[in-house]
Amino acid sequence: MSDATVNNLQPKASEVAPALKVRSYWQTVGYRLRYDYMTLFFGFVVILIILSAIFAPLLAPMDPYQSSMLNRLKPIGYKDFILGTDELGRDILSRILYGGRISLTMGILPVFIATVIGGLLGIIAGFVGGRTNMTIMRIMDVFYAFPSILLAVAISGALGGGIFNGMMSLTLVFIPPLCRVAETATSQVRNLDFVEAARATGASTFSIIRVHILGNVLGPILIYSSSLVSVSILIASGLSFLGLGVTPPEPDWGLMLNTLRQAIYIQPVICALPGVAILVTSICFNLVSDGLRSAMDVRM
Amino acid sequence: MDMTETKSALSSVSADDARDRGGKAQPMLIARGLQKHFPITGGILNRTVARIRAVDGVSFTVMKGETLGVVGESGCGKSTLARLLMHLIPPDSGELIFDGEAVAAKDGLEVRDMRRLMQMVFQDSYSSLNPRMPVEDSIAYGQIVHGASNEAAKQAARALMEKVGLDPNLFGPRYPHELSGGQKQRINIARALVLEPRVVILDEAVSALDKSVEAQVLNLLRYLKDVFNLTYVFISHDLNVVQYVSDRVLVMYLGEVVEIGPVDKIYANPKHPYTAALLASRLSMNPDDRVNEPPLIGDPPNPINPPSGCRFRTRCEFAEKICEIETPALPQDVGPMGHACACHMFVAKSGHSKSIMHAAEDVTPSSPAESPS
Amino acid sequence: MVKKAYGFDKPIAVQYGIWLGKVLTGDFGMSIATGRPVTEELFRALANTVMLSAGAVIAAFSLAFVIGTFAGYRVGTPSDRAVTGIAVIGVSIPNYWLAIVLVIIFAVELNVLPATGMGPRGSETFNPFQWDHFKYLILPIITLSLIPIGIITRTTRSAVAEVLNQDFVETLRAKGLMEAEILLHVVKNALPQVLAVMGLQFGYLMGGSILVETIFTWPGTGFLLNKAILTRDLPVLQGTILILAIIFVTTNLVIDLLQTAVDPRLKR
Repeated sequence: MSDATVNNLQPKASEVAPALKVRSYWQTVGYRLRYDYMTLFFGFVVILIILSAIFAPLLAPMDPYQSSMLNRLKPIGYKDFILGTDELGRDILSRILYGGRISLTMGILPVFIATVIGGLLGIIAGFVGGRTNMTIMRIMDVFYAFPSILLAVAISGALGGGIFNGMMSLTLVFIPPLCRVAETATSQVRNLDFVEAARATGASTFSIIRVHILGNVLGPILIYSSSLVSVSILIASGLSFLGLGVTPPEPDWGLMLNTLRQAIYIQPVICALPGVAILVTSICFNLVSDGLRSAMDVRM
Repeated sequence: MDMTETKSALSSVSADDARDRGGKAQPMLIARGLQKHFPITGGILNRTVARIRAVDGVSFTVMKGETLGVVGESGCGKSTLARLLMHLIPPDSGELIFDGEAVAAKDGLEVRDMRRLMQMVFQDSYSSLNPRMPVEDSIAYGQIVHGASNEAAKQAARALMEKVGLDPNLFGPRYPHELSGGQKQRINIARALVLEPRVVILDEAVSALDKSVEAQVLNLLRYLKDVFNLTYVFISHDLNVVQYVSDRVLVMYLGEVVEIGPVDKIYANPKHPYTAALLASRLSMNPDDRVNEPPLIGDPPNPINPPSGCRFRTRCEFAEKICEIETPALPQDVGPMGHACACHMFVAKSGHSKSIMHAAEDVTPSSPAESPS
Repeated sequence: MVKKAYGFDKPIAVQYGIWLGKVLTGDFGMSIATGRPVTEELFRALANTVMLSAGAVIAAFSLAFVIGTFAGYRVGTPSDRAVTGIAVIGVSIPNYWLAIVLVIIFAVELNVLPATGMGPRGSETFNPFQWDHFKYLILPIITLSLIPIGIITRTTRSAVAEVLNQDFVETLRAKGLMEAEILLHVVKNALPQVLAVMGLQFGYLMGGSILVETIFTWPGTGFLLNKAILTRDLPVLQGTILILAIIFVTTNLVIDLLQTAVDPRLKR
């Protein structure tokens, strides 16, 4: 072929296209979130709740463990007790602030650990496929035989009470569903040609997972695990409510609800207060998760 | 696109390449008896109940600098063959010799090294790019995998984008969904070229594009072939495109090679009844040459349980008793530029009533010298 | 030795194997706390829980399907957002807390419904068709129906919205069908998905009623489970969890099969 022909065939580097501002996937998600005022508001509340738990020692007006036989079950606004006192005369507001530390930790930490473990197992199962997939997923299926609360109760019951065992059982409860979500997402991505193309360049399995799989499955996994936080908070306080999680005299929302239950005929409003804390936190996490889901639902 | 325009065969065969190991005469690629059967599992115990014979004993050679076209109906094993050549799926049996070195054999060429020398472009331009990655990173990834620094890989990627006709400043940082189908396929071609391969397998690489874009990309491929001294294996179901780009053509039917030879000979004078039927099924530009009856009737038989003897006999108008009993072999002794066909009608004294007649009037030229140059 | 009588001297795996073997013959062992056969306690409790769960799911479905369809017809409007908001609250409320609040309102303050128990004092059998008995069911059922209401509403809303987006609805309109007739078609297409979710919720309630049953001292499996945990009554604990798991799995399986029977597209 002559030089002239080659030059004719040389395409001109000028496909018509205006210079666009290029946004990555996560930038797009951030951009969409910035205009979702509902989600921003509830996200703000979530941060407020977390901060008030972290700075409980600075915010709490009283010592949450200080009991007093004289001031038992006083109503809202009694003396300095802004939200009244519990059955041992302890300040409810202080206990709710401190209780957030344990309740939130028990809500968030198990989901986080389960996301890492379950996500990893799911990605491995989905990417490797074959026998590995079978083994991992069949083990996970065993846990699917139980509704989540029953499973948490059963594991905690077997391990015994306490914060650590409670978190352990919650983690075990959340690993299977997260593993399944990760597995589904991964096996979908795995069959796309760009993974095949990456293999054709001679890339190692590890490199392909890190560079090509992770970025494409992280979204669905995070959406799912964010929706689990509120479930986890509910089950965690449920466990404490049954006496399987936090043990007295630690302040915890579920446990407070349990001990105050005896007093519904004396101070009905006070008895419902710790539940309000659980409810507000759970609703906020749920709505933030919903907002995240719709922001991440970008077809790219 | 008439016969005279198809460029002179093997125009760039003689180009020297520093990476050449086996010498000019050594074929770039030799496939011998490649075979892949996919098991179908079923039942509660997940046992293999049947096997899809996707590629069943395929042998051929690819010469240095040529373009080998691979044609056949959908499901005949073309794409599986491409993946076998790349070792994306391991073959059940058969061997692959790359420039004189056996691939994945002891003392041979390692698969990882072979993949530097042979690359592939996929059909679906969309799903073959990572949607979460700027396209220049997708191109650069191959070099990073093989140990280049991020900086150097990016540089190479941007240089290649120029070569495939996309301004790296304008398109480099974009994501695949911001590109058109043709642009994405240019990126895919650049991605395949970034490792400086000697062979590129194009698996239906232009089939999904608009006709006008298809022509642009074909011209680009032709240009790149000269610039980078490439050898192409061009897989397509589009007979016109294959005629335009190929030096030689390989026809597949149900996982087997039924005919192979120089493009002009096959298009002008197809031997195998299947090739003839395929070519007859093309639409003519001339409205007077209307095809009123389909030259091929029905779907190909099930590759799980192919017909005995010649696999084409169930749809062949010349089928006879011998076709059912004996499998016609593809002659292997015709030389690199020879025209070979697996049909009893072209084997003297095969038992087919038309065998001698055909054999007499059409003697297969077996010396490379006779091929047009 | 007590240890020997219950077989506690053997390794745990062996104990479990022996127990499973006996379960297959229908022998769940004796309750350590009461000394009565586990089967006897278990199946009485099971009947009570089924009554509660079924009641809650049916109540939830009747309400949620209506408001879910309503929202599905008005996606994006304020009324849709209100319904979705209610659904979010439904799945976010801790139901044990709601139980307490309901008891405070209806039993403590208004004193119109009983706070705990099952049937008036001294009554031998429970007859849900008698008001005296039925009122014991009301609060537990409201409490338990809350989460299913949230979930069924969401499912119905999205199912209805999806069906409305399909071309055949347009065709029906073009043919000049009344809106009410079209609604019938929409409901018919959305229903299988919603019923499946409803079935799943029944399974969840069967296993997840432990908190609510404890608060209302409703003598079902959850209450039994809680008692067994507190008294470390292993035979009862094991037996109850096994039976609940079997029910849960069977429910899911039946729903799967029914769904494929109704919608052949799901068959691969």
